[in-house]
Amino acid sequence: MGVAADSQFHVLAVDDSIIDRKLIERLLKTSSYQVTTVDSGSKALQFLGFHDDDEVNSNQPCVSPNNSQEVEVNLIITDYCMPGMTGYDLLKKVKKSSSLKDIPVVIMSSENVPSRISRCLEEGAEEFFLKPVRLLDVSKLKPHMMKTKIKETHEHQPQHQENNQEQQHKQDQEHQEQKNALEILEEVESEQQSNGSKRKSIEEESVTKQNKTQIQLWPICRFD
Amino acid sequence: MSSVLQLQRQFIDYTTSLHNEGYLDNQFTELQKLQDESNPDFVTEVVSMYFEDSDKLLNNLTTALQQRNVDYKQVDAHAHQFKGSSSSIGAKRVTNVCAHFKGFCEAKNLDGCLRCLQQVKQEYIFFRNKLEALFRLEQQILQAGGSVPMVE
Repeated sequence: MGVAADSQFHVLAVDDSIIDRKLIERLLKTSSYQVTTVDSGSKALQFLGFHDDDEVNSNQPCVSPNNSQEVEVNLIITDYCMPGMTGYDLLKKVKKSSSLKDIPVVIMSSENVPSRISRCLEEGAEEFFLKPVRLLDVSKLKPHMMKTKIKETHEHQPQHQENNQEQQHKQDQEHQEQKNALEILEEVESEQQSNGSKRKSIEEESVTKQNKTQIQLWPICRFD
Repeated sequence: MSSVLQLQRQFIDYTTSLHNEGYLDNQFTELQKLQDESNPDFVTEVVSMYFEDSDKLLNNLTTALQQRNVDYKQVDAHAHQFKGSSSSIGAKRVTNVCAHFKGFCEAKNLDGCLRCLQQVKQEYIFFRNKLEALFRLEQQILQAGGSVPMVE
């Protein structure tokens, strides 16, 4: 797996407004992400390959994230107010799905309703953006997508024995990736401390600490 | 025939006045920031979408308020959509009227709704005319071989 070039990140954007879809698509493409836009929560679930019986507490064996999807999605950004399935409903479905729950979800809304914001964050949304969404908001997405890449690298076991030189280069590259990701996470943490973040700060701190621990353990596990 | 410099001056003055008079807000500037060589028509594309969408919404609003038993939830849904799209474009005055419109929907105030419908149509027409004038100025500058200045 190559170093995370931004073009590898694929965002699924969900909004019933054609204008807002065009806008979010441009914002994301300007930030060098691959984008798919859909106009409803149900189409989003379809795209993600969601199955109704795909719940976390089912008896299915544990599979790595994105295994049952047709296309890999690194982040879902969705409008809150949509006819039929709201962004909140979509968020809940994603977080309850064993195959989709690790995909970060961001909610957008034109209305600044504190109870709505905390409800979304409690349900597992990473961020809550007020519309109209701007480039500055989109620049906050990368750390969330980086976290999923770190998790994936951590879970993959070496398939076969490569020659020493290749293996060393790969390990160096991956170690550099981890360092980069760690830097970004540290940046995010200090950002959270300095500005009034829209996220629940306590929960976020514990999440980032957890990831940091994973990163620190990783080199120890791999050298076998 | 105006020189490029004169046209550019006109453009800057016109854009500034649109901002000062509240027709445009910072969101419009954000849209312009998203336009570049690889997407040279982004702003006109979005704005065209907005005009098309708004025409439909205004028709829907008019029809909904003409019903014998007005469904205020439906009217509010249309007003909400119009408010959202107007806000995404940076059409400040239109957005503000939509906000009032929603208030009257909540209160099920038919009179208020009808007045807002008139007002929003008016503001929308003003906005549309001014934006079209702005785009014409842009075209003139480009045709004269100049570049369109960014106005913050």
